[in-house]
Amino acid sequence: MSILIDENTTFIIQGITGREAVNLTRECLDYGSKIVGGVTPGRKGREVHGVPVFDTVEQVVEHNGGVVPDGSVVTVPPAGTKDAVIEALDAGIKTIVIVTERIPRRDVAAMVEFADQQGARIIGPNCLGLIVPGVAKMGGIGGPAKNAEQAYQPGSVGVMSRSGGMTTEISSTLTAAGLGVSTAVSIGGDAIIGSTYAELMPYFEADPQTEAIVIYTEPGGRMEAQLSAWVKENNSRLPIIAFMAGKFMDDEEMQGMSFGHAGTIVEGKEDSATEKIARLQEAGIPVVERIDEIPDLVKAKIAERSAA
Amino acid sequence: MRFFEYEAREIVKRAGIPVTDYGFTTDAAEAKTIAERIGGPTVIKSQVLTGGRMKAGGVKFADTPDEARQHAEDILQLEINGHWPRGVLVDPKAEVKQEYYAGVVWDGTAKKPLMLFSDMGGIDIEQVAEDHPDHVGRGHFSALEPFHDFQAKQVIAAAGVTGKPLQRLTPVLARLARLFLEGDMLLAEINPLAELTDGSFVALDAHMEMEDEGMPRQKALIKALGIGAEEGTREGHTPTPFEEAVKAIDAADHRGVIQGKDTGFHGNIGLVIGAGGGSLTLTDAVRQQGGKPANYSEIGGNPSVAKACGLAKEVLQKDGVEKIAVMMSIVSNTRVDIVARGVIKACLELGKDPGETIAIFRIPGAWEDEGFKILDKYGIEYCDRSVSLWDAAGRAVAKIQGEVAA
Amino acid sequence: MKKDAIFIGVEVDDRVASDAAMGAKLDEVCPVNIFKGTESGVDIVEENIDECVLCGLCIDAAPAGTVKIHKLYSGEVLPA
Repeated sequence: MSILIDENTTFIIQGITGREAVNLTRECLDYGSKIVGGVTPGRKGREVHGVPVFDTVEQVVEHNGGVVPDGSVVTVPPAGTKDAVIEALDAGIKTIVIVTERIPRRDVAAMVEFADQQGARIIGPNCLGLIVPGVAKMGGIGGPAKNAEQAYQPGSVGVMSRSGGMTTEISSTLTAAGLGVSTAVSIGGDAIIGSTYAELMPYFEADPQTEAIVIYTEPGGRMEAQLSAWVKENNSRLPIIAFMAGKFMDDEEMQGMSFGHAGTIVEGKEDSATEKIARLQEAGIPVVERIDEIPDLVKAKIAERSAA
Repeated sequence: MRFFEYEAREIVKRAGIPVTDYGFTTDAAEAKTIAERIGGPTVIKSQVLTGGRMKAGGVKFADTPDEARQHAEDILQLEINGHWPRGVLVDPKAEVKQEYYAGVVWDGTAKKPLMLFSDMGGIDIEQVAEDHPDHVGRGHFSALEPFHDFQAKQVIAAAGVTGKPLQRLTPVLARLARLFLEGDMLLAEINPLAELTDGSFVALDAHMEMEDEGMPRQKALIKALGIGAEEGTREGHTPTPFEEAVKAIDAADHRGVIQGKDTGFHGNIGLVIGAGGGSLTLTDAVRQQGGKPANYSEIGGNPSVAKACGLAKEVLQKDGVEKIAVMMSIVSNTRVDIVARGVIKACLELGKDPGETIAIFRIPGAWEDEGFKILDKYGIEYCDRSVSLWDAAGRAVAKIQGEVAA
Repeated sequence: MKKDAIFIGVEVDDRVASDAAMGAKLDEVCPVNIFKGTESGVDIVEENIDECVLCGLCIDAAPAGTVKIHKLYSGEVLPA
């Protein structure tokens, strides 16, 4: 089992003829994902690694005999992203991965609101997508199939991360320790994202393969506070372990600066690393100092729960 | 992008919100002319992108135009928190009956803009919210659907305001909400928003901050405010020469992305690291093991050899930096061999021995076998993914500073 | 014709180096602009040699054995 995607999931790539999108298409196909079409306005009739390209999402649906694909990976430039996402949502697509960076918040908020109205889910923006090890990946997560295989082996831990690269670093550590990964989601590094930790928790909760959760987190935003609240309100069966990067940003001299991702800008005292760590721990979520401490702690927590 | 008060007031004015008959100038003599035109007592306000100007003596009251000129002269030469003023704003001294607060910010949890309103204006809204929650009204609104004035009215009413003020303030908050969205703002605040003794409602001070990501489509507004491209995004601090140099190298080549910062870093460990999350993790790991980084950096998106080389050279040319640590979390897009070539080339071009200069190379992932061959040739200490980010950082600290804090 | 940078050396057989059509083809296929087609054949752009991504597109574009890429750091030659 897995969350959000499985071996039958079909998806399209919007902006498929872009340089990075061409690579991403190759990687996903090699990994076993089912890409049923691509969209780049004005490029109808072309093919990218055997995937037919169309001008509109509607044409893809038509080409597929009226069957709406399950998902879309959106890699169009920031100025066109909102329109592309709304086009996909309007066509009835329910799972959207937005890879694009530097999208203004107004557009992100509008897309997310429309997705809610349509009963759809957005992952990202500014993310690498998600991977179900050995089954499928949707987005550039893990890189070429060969590299993805090395870092991601099927297992029991769900991973959510605000950093695409750290999703792989953490998953690789879990894989090396023999724990493996159930589904790993790169949720995106922006201040407003389609799916936060707390919003994805119910999916992991419902996935029998997942026995524990690891999150990678950073300063900026209230997403960790939201997760802490969720944990307190819901009697989750899943132990959660967190890693917090960017503690140096709490220094006096770093005030008002943003590092790493757009979302790390600290806009209030509550979004500092120190405050977040305190809040997570208060909710019973241990925050480790080092990535390499994660596997042992995960094993201990899983053992604790199964003994209880 | 942050705006000066005189620009923020102009933005408010353009949105149809009444402001006083103020004037902005960089010249003390002109300040006198503006005060003469206003006629009557004035307030001279330093135009700086920092808080605390009142305490620092950056706001002064003048009864006569000559006094206005004198204050302007003083304030123009007054540095506040390391910021020199852009100019002064000469404002009629307002006869205030009641001060209000009106603001709009993003709520990342609700993923919507949030209006805030209070009848206790002129002071810090967070303090008001804590001490007098019943005097603060809040309301989210949609970034998708059109804004309706009643939404502003509800927020004002929730703060306990009724009567004529409610009627007069509703369009002000509604216009602020619309300009917040249309202007791609991160913050739009009028504080105080005042009811004057003559019964008019005006914005007496305004704070505006535009999201950098929105700037490409706000060119018309930015131009209308007289802000030139050379001002960039007006970051909170003045970029250092290192930061400027790295930015120039990044802009010169579209392949990959590099970033470098050294504001607030004073150590001797040169960091050539990546990517976003990996750089945050590694900077912490170096510091937590007693290391003193000379800088922060980010490599991502598969940069060219020239770009990786350019970043490494800039780091190596910083004062006090003898050695660099080249480390990233597992890469899947950026190539190990290309980064290896870049950092080695940087050493060679500066006449340094790569084997001595590169304390540790820890980048596992795409094309690592090819990268390891290059590193072997130059006698550089490297490791694969079996060495954690923490341990790699520890090795760098030990080699460069000679010891690791327990 | 052979030119070496720090990490990579590029060797082009004289038959290809003096063939304008081949020069244009190499110029087109190389993603990092190592080859510049000229009226009389092809030039190797020295400052781009180390940007070589080992993609092999130049080797595939030219007649067998006429274009070689040397990895100066390992002594290996492409095509093997």
